[in-house]
Amino acid sequence: MNLDAKIPEGPLVEKWTRHKFNIKLVNPANKRKYDIIVIGTGLAGASAAASLAELGYNIKSFCFQDSPRRAHSIAAQGGINASKNYQNDGDSDYRLFYDTIKGGDYRSREANVYRLAEVSSSIIDQCVAQGVPFAREYGGLLDNRSFGGAQVSRTFYARGQTGQQLLLGAYSAISRQIANSKVQIFPRTEMLDLVLVDGQARGVVVRDLVTGKIESHSSHAVILSTGGYGNVFYLSTNAMASNATAAWRAHKRGALFANPCFTQIHPTCIPVSGEHQSKLTLMSESLRNDGRIWVPKKGIRGLTAKDALRIPEEERDYFLERRYPAFGNLVPRDVASRNAKMVCDEGRGVGATGLAVFLDFADTIQRDGRDVIEQKYGNLFDMYKQITADDPYNVPMMIYPAVHYTMGGLWVDYNLMTNIHGLYALGECNFSDHGANRLGASALMQGLADGYFVIPYTIGDYLANMPYRKISVDHEAFQLAEKHVKDRIENLLNINGNRTVDDFHKELGKIMWDYCGMSRNEEGLKHAKQEVIKLRDEFWKDLKVIGTHEELNMSLEKANRVADFFELGELMIDDALQRSESCGGHFREESQTEEGEALRIDDEFSFVAAWKFTGKDQPEELIKEELIFENVKLTQRSYK
Amino acid sequence: MYFKLKIWRQKSPEDKGGFQFYELDDVSPDMSFLEMIDVLNESLEIKGVEPVHFDHDCREGICGTCSMFINGRPHGPQRGVTTCQLHMRSFNDGDTITIEPWRARSFPVIKDLVVDRSAFDRIIQAGGFVSVSTGGVPDANEIPISTNIANEAMDAASCIGCGACVAACKNASAMLFVAAKISQLALLPQGKIEAASRAENMVVQMDSEGFGTCTNTEACVAECPKEIGLVHIARMNREYFFAKQSSENISLR
Ligand SMILES: Cc1cc2nc3c(=O)[nH]c(=O)nc-3n(C[C@H](O)[C@H](O)[C@H](O)COP(=O)(O)OP(=O)(O)OC[C@H]3O[C@@H](n4cnc5c(N)ncnc54)[C@H](O)[C@@H]3O)c2cc1C
Ligand code: SF4
Ligand code: FES
Repeated sequence: MNLDAKIPEGPLVEKWTRHKFNIKLVNPANKRKYDIIVIGTGLAGASAAASLAELGYNIKSFCFQDSPRRAHSIAAQGGINASKNYQNDGDSDYRLFYDTIKGGDYRSREANVYRLAEVSSSIIDQCVAQGVPFAREYGGLLDNRSFGGAQVSRTFYARGQTGQQLLLGAYSAISRQIANSKVQIFPRTEMLDLVLVDGQARGVVVRDLVTGKIESHSSHAVILSTGGYGNVFYLSTNAMASNATAAWRAHKRGALFANPCFTQIHPTCIPVSGEHQSKLTLMSESLRNDGRIWVPKKGIRGLTAKDALRIPEEERDYFLERRYPAFGNLVPRDVASRNAKMVCDEGRGVGATGLAVFLDFADTIQRDGRDVIEQKYGNLFDMYKQITADDPYNVPMMIYPAVHYTMGGLWVDYNLMTNIHGLYALGECNFSDHGANRLGASALMQGLADGYFVIPYTIGDYLANMPYRKISVDHEAFQLAEKHVKDRIENLLNINGNRTVDDFHKELGKIMWDYCGMSRNEEGLKHAKQEVIKLRDEFWKDLKVIGTHEELNMSLEKANRVADFFELGELMIDDALQRSESCGGHFREESQTEEGEALRIDDEFSFVAAWKFTGKDQPEELIKEELIFENVKLTQRSYK
Repeated sequence: MYFKLKIWRQKSPEDKGGFQFYELDDVSPDMSFLEMIDVLNESLEIKGVEPVHFDHDCREGICGTCSMFINGRPHGPQRGVTTCQLHMRSFNDGDTITIEPWRARSFPVIKDLVVDRSAFDRIIQAGGFVSVSTGGVPDANEIPISTNIANEAMDAASCIGCGACVAACKNASAMLFVAAKISQLALLPQGKIEAASRAENMVVQMDSEGFGTCTNTEACVAECPKEIGLVHIARMNREYFFAKQSSENISLR
């Protein structure tokens, strides 16, 4: 199988413009003859559904939450990047492109990333026009902050609630189209299979989560914008219900899954407090602008935040500032996370578990005053206090890395189409723009770029060649898919074993975190693979799900999702094994520089690893898309 | 810590429903309220009893999904936090905790503590937006907005659509939720053009969803986890009366 990324000809900066000119258009009057299914109402899905409906297509939009406004994007805190250069500090499309490629440790496509930078400014314009209340300076113009991995201030924000405000903007746009009857919305409805007819994506099978009814929907194209799969690890910063099912079922229907092992561990999360922990809370990376990260030079067991005040300056190790003087506390996430793990592994971690480092605001509060800090981070500080009972205005925060984002996802070409014709993937559920590590404030940018400014153009190129004829859901392909979905649900309910879904999920998460988390090695990965397979077998023998499928049954929903996490977890391990280099968030202990930094092996691993499902219990096939760099020179990343 | 739990169980919308009693021991004060329910549910499932159904997702106080009426108050005893942010350290060892769903005609119970809040979505669809399509908008900095206005709009925009205001109100009025959106968009220059029709259309929809009238008891503001203020209701009333007086909203005349 040969992978064609369909990257347009021509110089980098002209590719998108040329492509937009060359692709086929659907006549405005004909757009209403096409139906498009959009799964997901996060930033990517809501922006796509609204924009496509505005153009005239008929949209069916699905989400499993009770309202489109509650998609996981709502939780993003810190901000969204754009190369506006409002600060006059030397930003440009090219610099944003360069930072993103470098931040991703040279494992993403130049053309996609440049386009992302190119459309970034329009996103801000669009959101402001919708009434998104971004932070402003006294003159009334937009304010910016800095984020990790960049030396310019290009991050736009709305207090610590940027994702919420951007999502509510996109939600308002989709609401307007629902009112116009151009979008039909299906909340509390979960996609459980993709339906192909003659090799083209022609619809989905869904479950109404309230009644349990299994139904089919037919369309001319299907767009997945279903978010990331960080919850494979059980504990992550993702919302509780975030899952991989839509992408995974598409994968099993033939869509390639790219770079599954590329996961991002975020450096600034609230540490785990006990066994009962159900999720981890992120403290926005923007805090690293003003907070200083440190541990004591000599390890002290059980050091509390209050004790920290008594440690004199000369006994503190501001390890990021020390090791990376140029970027200091603003090194990219993978570097910051690994360094925190390192100092904790050395026995210098703080807090009851020793798995935490300090993030200290004392100097900034002294310099700028409490008001300024409150204005910038008020809600984050409140949230921290609420969870930990420590007041970060008086004592340092404690933080530790946690799973946060998945760079891997469905393989897509330049048009965001997967290798299945008519199946598109947008937002976090595709693999496209972040390589082996995503820079802060770039996921919101990518989700909205895909939805507002890429898919409305590229989908036309495909639909222009499609006949208007609709396929009935009585078609055999739909019937077979429905049966497949029903059988699986029956199976889950019939196991009638002894262990709950959460119990299995926790154990899976622990294996993944221990062996396929912040640092990985061959032996551990091989061991983990056996463990995952063993646990999966047990899951299908000993799972206990109470209730029926003809009602709201949240344990059943979860079991269905965790079953997919098992399979995806195994593929993540295979991918991590295969990639014996270190790059970005993927740290293979066998491949490091003398100073302990990630060591890439470009001659061997400058490729996208796209995996093809070949059948139940069969090893997946690895297909490589070579990455070609014509504009940037590959260098070992240095933030020193 | 040890707790007695008195929880509303209702199999389906048609079921009459009633309270069930449970006991839970070994609760850590560091647990969140929902983690406490997780522990209860694990133990119920092991015993073959259906777990208590409840809505939740982000567990960070931002998605607005969680919705428990705890000891007679939406989102429980602590001011300015959602159910998911509540921690067991806010309760006393040995307490009896009563947990119910939101109760309002416009929020029918689906199962146990899960209710249907789609009425809120339909109110937004009636006008909670600025009518701009993708593309063709001015440069972001061509719309300067003073920090005061931007801040106040942001305060209003912080509403998470949880419905606690409705659950808190003896009339089950949705005024605070509706006011938050009307006020946000009325404050901003982008929203001004449609301000009159927006206020009227959203109010019409609110009434047709069966929400009660506002009699200024202010229970909503006391219980709103995002501390959305009364000033927004005042602004909404102004917008609404202005709309009624002016001839701008031709569509409704
Ligand atoms: C705590 C936190 C903070 C973050 N902060 C930032 C930040 O400051 N800046 C930044 O750039 N990025 C940030 N991110 C990352 C960013 O929020 C996400 O990557 C991004 O929002 C993902 O958007 P999305 O549209 O791809 O998916 P999501 O928002 O996850 O939406 C997924 C949608 O798909 C639906 N769905 C999924 N599966 C199915 C199915 N089978 N059937 C039906 N519907 C389905 C869901 O219901 C939902 O509507 C943060 C992430 C977290 C966890
Ligand atoms: S106004 Fe407050 S209580 Fe009402 S929905 Fe919004 S956040 Fe919830
Ligand atoms: S679960 Fe999201 S606000 Fe409580």
